[in-house]
Amino acid sequence: MPDEKDSRTTPADAPEANGNKLRVIGVPRRRVDARAKVTGQTRFADDIFLPRMAHCKLLRSPHPHARIRKIDTSRAAAHPGVYVVLTGKDVPIQYGILPVSQDEQALCVDRVRHVGDPVAAVVAREELTAFEALDLIDVDYEILTTISDPQEALTTPEPRIHEYGEEGNIHKLVALEFGNVEEGFAEADEIFEDTFFFQGNTHLPIEQHASVAIKDPEGKLTVWSSTQTPHYLHRALAKVLELPAAHIRVIATPNGGAFGGKSDPFNHEIVVAKAALLLDRPVKICLTREEVFYCHRGRHPVLMKFKTGVKRDGAITGMHLQTLIDGGAYGSYGVASTFYAGALQTTTYHIPRYRYQGCRTFTNKPPCGPKRGHGTPQPRFGQEVQLDKIAERLKIDPADLRLRIVESSNSVTANFLQLGTVNLAECIRRVAKVSNWKEKFRNLPEGHGVGLACSAYLTGAGLPIYWNKMPHSGVQLKFDRSGGVTIFCGATEIGQGSDDVLAGIVAEVLGIDTFDIRLFTGDTDLGPVDLGSYSSRVTLMAGNAALQAAERGKAILREAAAEKLQVPKERLCFAGKRVFDSAAPEKGLTFQEAVCLAEARFGTIGTVGSYTPPTSPALYKGGGVGPSPTYSYSAAVVQVEVNSVTGWVTVPKVWIAHDIGRALNPTLVRGQVEGSVYMGLGEALMEEQEFRRLPKKLSHALVHKFPSILEYKSPTSLDMPEVVTELIEEPDPRGPYGAKEVGQGPLLPIMPAVANAVYDAVGVRIDEIPVTPEKILKALAEKKAGRDPRFGPTDFPHIHWPEALRVPPPWEGGDGHAVNEVPRRQKSRQEKEKVLAS
Amino acid sequence: MSPLPIASQKTSQIRFTLNGEETDVSFAPYKTLLEVLREDLFHTGTKHGCELGECGACAVLLDGQPVLSCLVLALECGGRQVLTVEGLGEDGHLHPLQDAFADLGAAQCGYCTPAILVTAKALLDQNPHPTRDQIRAAISGNLCRCTGYLQIFEAVEAAMLKIADQKSKVR
Ligand code: FES
Ligand code: FES
Repeated sequence: MPDEKDSRTTPADAPEANGNKLRVIGVPRRRVDARAKVTGQTRFADDIFLPRMAHCKLLRSPHPHARIRKIDTSRAAAHPGVYVVLTGKDVPIQYGILPVSQDEQALCVDRVRHVGDPVAAVVAREELTAFEALDLIDVDYEILTTISDPQEALTTPEPRIHEYGEEGNIHKLVALEFGNVEEGFAEADEIFEDTFFFQGNTHLPIEQHASVAIKDPEGKLTVWSSTQTPHYLHRALAKVLELPAAHIRVIATPNGGAFGGKSDPFNHEIVVAKAALLLDRPVKICLTREEVFYCHRGRHPVLMKFKTGVKRDGAITGMHLQTLIDGGAYGSYGVASTFYAGALQTTTYHIPRYRYQGCRTFTNKPPCGPKRGHGTPQPRFGQEVQLDKIAERLKIDPADLRLRIVESSNSVTANFLQLGTVNLAECIRRVAKVSNWKEKFRNLPEGHGVGLACSAYLTGAGLPIYWNKMPHSGVQLKFDRSGGVTIFCGATEIGQGSDDVLAGIVAEVLGIDTFDIRLFTGDTDLGPVDLGSYSSRVTLMAGNAALQAAERGKAILREAAAEKLQVPKERLCFAGKRVFDSAAPEKGLTFQEAVCLAEARFGTIGTVGSYTPPTSPALYKGGGVGPSPTYSYSAAVVQVEVNSVTGWVTVPKVWIAHDIGRALNPTLVRGQVEGSVYMGLGEALMEEQEFRRLPKKLSHALVHKFPSILEYKSPTSLDMPEVVTELIEEPDPRGPYGAKEVGQGPLLPIMPAVANAVYDAVGVRIDEIPVTPEKILKALAEKKAGRDPRFGPTDFPHIHWPEALRVPPPWEGGDGHAVNEVPRRQKSRQEKEKVLAS
Repeated sequence: MSPLPIASQKTSQIRFTLNGEETDVSFAPYKTLLEVLREDLFHTGTKHGCELGECGACAVLLDGQPVLSCLVLALECGGRQVLTVEGLGEDGHLHPLQDAFADLGAAQCGYCTPAILVTAKALLDQNPHPTRDQIRAAISGNLCRCTGYLQIFEAVEAAMLKIADQKSKVR
């Protein structure tokens, strides 16, 4: 039911407010930026129009892999209305999100690596003119062999897509072992070996990427862009344009959805910046939807093999996970993704011995990167489906099995992840209860089924991308004589509600209304650095920074107010826009009076806060990926109906419990959970980033099958089931007011829960995502023929893995180091000798 | 003087009613209603996610009916009524749909929101008491990638009740 009262009044206004309870935090509220959104006034990047603004278009490669012999731009440059045409030699410096894979160029200089790789840019008075002029650019390509998938990458070392990486077309190999896994398997009563495949998919934010750049009146560069990571874009621009970083300002405009797809520095951002500097006029680019598919950075396709040993009671004795990851044409976040694919298995259930081997290959497809859940949904799918199989074989209810093996709060895992609060057991119990799991599981009529799955996710990456000792988030507060408070912070609003998180925390501490607060966020000039909206880090990290800044401000105000009111400081309460004596509430000041008193007493009032995550006990190489201040947990039950004639799956209802610590604004939290469920169902049932070869007589190029919203199927309002959301709120001391993440975790259990439910409904295992009608029908046919009722990959290719770094787990006396790790200095000496010898 | 490229020639002109106001606008003849609204009239509240009629982000009301403005030529709109999100509120107040969307979490990133708001308004104008399924159907051409739609349904239902309540008070 709607709230009849004027909801712009936050509960802090309530006259009965006293000093003990939270008035803003935990109360469903209108978010601070809601009015802008519902009036169409939120200014997204493409909504920026500036006088003399020119428009940019990129010429993109029609070939998946080719050498550029020659580019002739003369005809395009002469086209009326064209201001300038740029090619790779104008912006040759390589960049990339990770320091270890600086493998991109804003415009390709001598090689294109996927259909859609940009080779030239036209800047013209009108967008259409720029578009027309693209046809006038002549590029002479020499076609190279296309590497279309990881299996091909393994068997085709030449031509190399990049001149770096492990060898051939292998970008990254990871091999880690925590305890002796073979011993674990020897102890097991049963061994399970399963292979799974998770197809790639994409973010599909409704807002197409857009950027506007200007040379500002002082001659410095300003770039507005739909980016989740203004700080990293700032760094990339400084590097490629060879400008002092202090002369660059990046403003992240509110993102019209991002989901990880706007967290790399992009070629188009660099190109418009370069063009604006050259032309000394504003330059805008807005990608077409087809181009958004080429930017990609979406979910990696992953082939995986799980070998798990269990005792008869369900206890896991050891696990060995292998992954083969299709990275696409560039590094992007891929090295991190490769580690992430093996990092979080240990965070949900106790795994005493664990081995992970991961391999990421380059292929001639748009680069994969971080999508909601970054690197972890694929193995989570395999792990949770395998657990369902284990439960069945051991004749234990899947919910009970999981309850027996869940990790406990504050433990350190085999791979040295320090967990915070772990309420996974409560999530399982709650979701089983509200879904009537016990009555439904294996008891619904043929064609109807339920499936259960669990997951965990980071609440912020514990290490920055560029290693340093500085804070990950900073907040400045300005206290105004008007009684208003201004927040300055680098945090980026991508729709998730980061502005509201900051405002909510500051309002709670100071006893004011969120609408008395002004925010300047996502601007590298105005606010202290926040590393960006990725890894679910903002609520905890920027939130803690805001909390610290607000508490410091409150201390100053309290000092002045206590003196004026002649009340001991401890008795002062900040609520209802007042500062008052909690023993005699009528004795007090307005918040504004308190600010003025404090300013008179101490001078201009401004405070800062910052947050640096705790150091991780994972000291082995690769231990930087996975640590987080704390982890969120989710458990979901999905109900399905499967039509055995058409294979069509409908989902009438989903129940999900999420261990969030504390919901800062429950309205937004529910939105994140439901949005995650929605996106998870899309991944589970229909979304896939597929490629096909053009016919031989054409170019035989490997092209994107569905570079359009119409063809790339995603759920509509007609497909969305009812969702019952249960929040488990045990505040985690590491989060602001106990909050943990919610933006990514709830997506993760959905895909395996769907696959498990399909098995419950019709008795076939679809060990592959998406679970499409076609696959179900094939598996049903197998079942009918009396063969293995299953659809999915059957084998995992042979990969020449390096020797694993052996890290004894904590219970074997490990200290977080690998016992066989070559110290860095020694290693670089060895490498130098190798180079000299060759 | 060398001839301007076609894209720069604002040779077409229409007069139409935009959010209740008589409006004259000149534009290059190939432009869609979406482009003219955003680029020539700077009404940037209307968004786009494809410009191919696939996402629904560009919906506006043309003579009271939802249309995808990326598929309508501006030249077709002479003499007609166009309503965008900028025209939803009245007398300095938000429309009940806007209030409900703001309060109930129906706008996350807010990018799909303007189009869904006007589409929902058209629904409520024609059917003051839609069922949940009718609401689902009405906005099924508007993709939202953030919310999972449920809070949108709830907001439309809340606005429906509020509008009905307001009407009964007026009577
Ligand atoms: S912009 Fe996508 S339907 Fe019009
Ligand atoms: S709120 Fe982001 S697309 Fe709907």
